[in-house]
Parts: sequence; C-alpha cells; structure tokens
Amino acid sequence: MYTFSNRLRLFAIISMILGGILVGVSFATTPGSVEEMKAHEAAHGHGGHGEEASHDDGKTAHHDDHKTDAHATNDHHGETSHDDAHASEGHHDAGAGHHNSAKHDEHKLTQLQNKPWAAIYIAAFFFMMISLGVLAFYAIQRAAQAGWSPVLFRVMEGITAYIIPGTISIIILLVLCMPSLHLNHLFHWMDPKLVDPDSEIFDTLTYGKKAWLNVPWFLIRAVIYSAIWVAYRQLSRKFSLRQDDADDNSNFKKNFRLAAIFLVLFLISESMMSWDWIMSFDHHWFSTLFGWYVFASMFVSGITVIALVTIYLKSKGLLPYVNDSHLHDLAKFMFGVSIFWTYLWFSQFMLIWYSNIPEEVTYFVTRIEDYNLPFFGMIALNLIFPLLILMNSDFKRLNWIIVIAGTVILFGHYIDVFNMVMPATVGPNWSLGMPEIGGILFFLGLFIFVVFTALTKAPLLAKRNPFIEESKQFHY
Amino acid sequence: MSSKVIQAMYTDDDVLMSAVKKVRQENHHIEEVYTPFPVHGLDKAMGLAPTRLAITAFMYGCVGLAVATTMMYYIMIVDWPQNIGGKPSFSFIENMPAFVPIMFEMTVFFAAHLMVITFYMRSKLWPFKEAENPDPRTTDDHFLMEVAVHGGNEEELTALLLATGATEIKVTDKKH
Repeated sequence: MYTFSNRLRLFAIISMILGGILVGVSFATTPGSVEEMKAHEAAHGHGGHGEEASHDDGKTAHHDDHKTDAHATNDHHGETSHDDAHASEGHHDAGAGHHNSAKHDEHKLTQLQNKPWAAIYIAAFFFMMISLGVLAFYAIQRAAQAGWSPVLFRVMEGITAYIIPGTISIIILLVLCMPSLHLNHLFHWMDPKLVDPDSEIFDTLTYGKKAWLNVPWFLIRAVIYSAIWVAYRQLSRKFSLRQDDADDNSNFKKNFRLAAIFLVLFLISESMMSWDWIMSFDHHWFSTLFGWYVFASMFVSGITVIALVTIYLKSKGLLPYVNDSHLHDLAKFMFGVSIFWTYLWFSQFMLIWYSNIPEEVTYFVTRIEDYNLPFFGMIALNLIFPLLILMNSDFKRLNWIIVIAGTVILFGHYIDVFNMVMPATVGPNWSLGMPEIGGILFFLGLFIFVVFTALTKAPLLAKRNPFIEESKQFHY
Repeated sequence: MSSKVIQAMYTDDDVLMSAVKKVRQENHHIEEVYTPFPVHGLDKAMGLAPTRLAITAFMYGCVGLAVATTMMYYIMIVDWPQNIGGKPSFSFIENMPAFVPIMFEMTVFFAAHLMVITFYMRSKLWPFKEAENPDPRTTDDHFLMEVAVHGGNEEELTALLLATGATEIKVTDKKH
C-alpha cells in the first residue's frame, strides 16, 4: 500500500493555494472598463504591459506591410483571408472595428477580460485531458490484453481518478461561460445577438450552426461525455479491485468487454468533445481531423504522466516489480505518439496552408501572426526534442532522460492547448503570466492531490490479473 | 596452426542455449552457431557485441534529409523560382510545408535502403553466393555449434560437448 507522503500533500496544497491566489490577483487586476484599461496602459507607459502592447502594434504593422509585399504576388485568396482573419478576430464588427478606435478599445477590453478565464480553462482542460488520455490508454491495454502493462494498472487507475474532478471543473467553467452570467466572452457563439436576425451583429454562419451550437444542448452534451468517461472509470476500477479477491476471472472478462465498449464510445465522445470544448472557440472554423489531433495530444500527455508517476513511485521503492523494460515501453509510446501528434498537426496545417481557402486559413493566419513562437516552438518541444532524445534504446531506460523528455512533452502539450484556445479568446494580448501560471499551479495541485489520494486506496499491484505474472517477468 | 573445428549437433534450442553457456564457462571459443530460426537470447549467451546497424540507419536518414533539402532548395528556390499556383518561392522556409512529404520520404528511403545494403555487406550476402552451411539439417530442425580445436584438447572438448547434450559430434577441417 502506498501512503501519501506529507511532503507531496503539502506541495499539492501549497500549489493549489498559490495558484488560487495568482488567479484571484489576475482577476482583480483585469480592467473593468475601457477607461480603466487606458489608465492602466498609461500608468505603465513604456514598461511592462505598455511595451507588450506597442510590441503587438509593431507586429501588426509589420504584417500589414508584409501583406502588400508578399501577398501582392499571391492571388486574391490571400488578401481575403487576411481581412477575414481580422474580421472574425474583431468579433464580427464587420471589419469596421479595425479602424474604429472605440470599437477597437472595447474589443481589446473584452480580450483582456477573457484572459484569466481562458488561462483557467486551458489549465483545467489540460489536466482533464491527461487523465482522459490515461483512461484511453488503460482501456486499450485491457482490450488488447497486453502482457506487459498489468503491473502499471493501479498507477493508471490512480491517474484516471482525476477524471471526476477534471470533468466537473470543465463543466463548471462551461456553465460560467454562459452569456446570461455576464462573466466572460470565451465562447463567442453563445452570444444570443449573433443568432438574432434583427440584431446588427447577426451572424449567418453562427445561425447556420445553432442546431449544434446552442447553450442547453452544449451543456447536455458535456454531461453526456463526462458521464461516459466517469462511468467507465468507476466500473473498471470496481471490477479491477474485485478481481483481487475473486475466485475466478469473471471480473477480468467484464473489464475486457467494458474496455471494448468504452473505446468505441470514447472515440465518438472524444471527437465531439474536441469540437465542443476546443474547436467552438473558433466557431467560424472547422477541421475534420481535429478530434484525432486533440486525441493525440491527450494520449501522449497521458502516457508521459504514467511514466512520470511510475518513476516517482519506483524511486520510493513502491513498485519493485516494475523494471526498466516497462519504462522502455512507456518511453517508446511517448516517442511514437509524439510523432503521431506531429503527423496530425502537420497534416492539418499543411492541407490548409496548401489550399489556402479563406474560411479555413484564418485559423493559422492568426496563429502565425500573433502566436509565432508558441505555434512553431511547439514543434521543437513536441517533436524534435523527444525524437532525438528518445530514439536511442538505451536512453529510454534511463529515468532522468524520461523525466526530462516527459517534462518537455508536457510543457509542449500545454502550449498546444494554449495555441488552440488563446487566439480565439484573447487574440494578440496573450502572455504566459500570472493567470496562466496560477491556473497551472492550481490544477497541478488538485491533480497531484486527487491522483495520489486515489493511489493510497488500493495495493499498487493487481493481485489476480491473469497477466500479472507475465507482466512481472516482462523484459524487452 | 591447426584449423580443425568440432561440430556439435543439438536438436533443441534450450539445450543449445545451456550448452553455449557451459562451453563459454569452460573458456572455449565458439566459432559459430548455426540455427534454423532466431534463438532469443543466443547473442547475449554467446557474448556477441550489439549491432550498430541502427546507428548507421540514423546517419543514412540524415543524409537523405540533407539530399532532399538541398535538392528542393536548389530546384525550387535558387534555380528557377517560378510562381506555381501562388506558392511563395522566395525562400526555402516560406515554401517548406510543401517540401516536407518529400523530405520525409527521402529520409525513410535512404535510412531503409542503405541500412539493408549495409546489412548485406556486413553479413556477406549476395546472389550466387556459395552457401556456408556445414550441415543441411541446420536449416530445418537441428542446431550446430562449432568450437575451435587447439592442440590436444580434442578429446576433452568432445566429452564436454557430449555432456551438454549434443546428439552428434564431428571433427572437420574448418572451411570458412
């Protein structure tokens, strides 16, 4: 049995409190009105935020120049897409907002007010996604009757315990995004004026999607997805624990069937979840492989966290039957799925870049213009570094290599979620500052607290699993 | 220097594995082991050095990537930067996404093919090569261990090999 070490518990609690304070402070310092925003900018003149703002202006100006150069040789699609990017970014002010300074200020204020919300949302989604990725990995191991992994089942079950607080926190955030609460403008399609034909900001595209994108159905779907995942996690855990004291393998077989059913439901629900919880931030944009792309991101983060938790528990001497071959296999998965993620990232990017269709390409235009470093830096973090460091078979057996690669991969996939959410919610006003770090710290603390509490609830070795002996003897 | 070898025949891979360990314990040099299929762990038991084929493949892959990059940079950007369907051919980086499929395939092509050729060369395999099989049964269901004979240890060695479970012992001149 594992006992939650006091030091780790303290770390988790401090992390949560510190994160909560940072998020609270960033909410408190968010400007409430345009005047406040202007006063804040003036006070900070040429330092801090002011510099950042002028830097952004410079960047936009540069791109405007660039547009006339580079796009001049391009066909008209380039120009249209560029304008379209600003229009959709400009919250449907029909392009006028770009030159209308009052509207521009209001627009910027909305983005600044969205910032702490988006930061929390990203962190909440990131940690929920890790535990969902582990749940999918766990179900695959069960359905495939893998012989190497049963010694890691309890670690995976511990991590998937976070699926409950994870989905709950996401649902709470989705509820708080409802426009009737007037808290933020994260999901812009929720604005009832957009689908009101009499409104001056009526948006035909959103109107066409309102059968899917409407608040009640959106929340019902969120509950359905969460229910599927939580139900599988709880049932599977129950059968797994029962198998420990059983006389036959009926619980094991139930778990096998359950995993097969779950995987079908998971792929459907995960795909739709990615449209709802991520893609609908850019509600004018659509991509068919988006569900897979989000899946690859959560899968690699999940496997990485399994490896990190395993290494931690092993360093405490709690997993004597886990050998470096198990870690080698996990590292191989980290390596392979990192490449898979990049394959999907590139497939999505390259197809859209190549055809350059205005309604699709705006997504990447805003990201390349405003998020250049995170957008392309992600490739270094999520592909090049793991590719080079985890290619060597000997390196995959070294704990410190896996920890370093894992940390980089996790940071890279946080940036991935950041890149998916931020451009549509805060536009060019992004930074990795107080709200973002606060959000990460808060949910990291919660994650550690929940996961390691769950790990104390059951022995770390599944006893009567038919494959447990093979798994203990596993060597590669 | 005599070039005599003892060839011991085995009919089971487990027996062969323990025989290999025993012979190595007694400090005899195993010239070669012939098996009809890969015996897991035999290389470790024989103390063979790990292969470096994967390292060569990595280097060949780098060559392939360099070839693809240089080729397309020269053809598409330097030599004749045409406007083809509005694709930006001003610099390599601007048009890079379009080159990635070729860069990837060339990397794989070079890594795979050159590694296979390296394998053939290092294993001395080619068409019309004379087979080096000491006994045709080793391609079917027999295992054969070849141990070098030094001076007068022939009888002692025969006894040792018989004790490890060899079904046949043959002393011949070394051919290869």
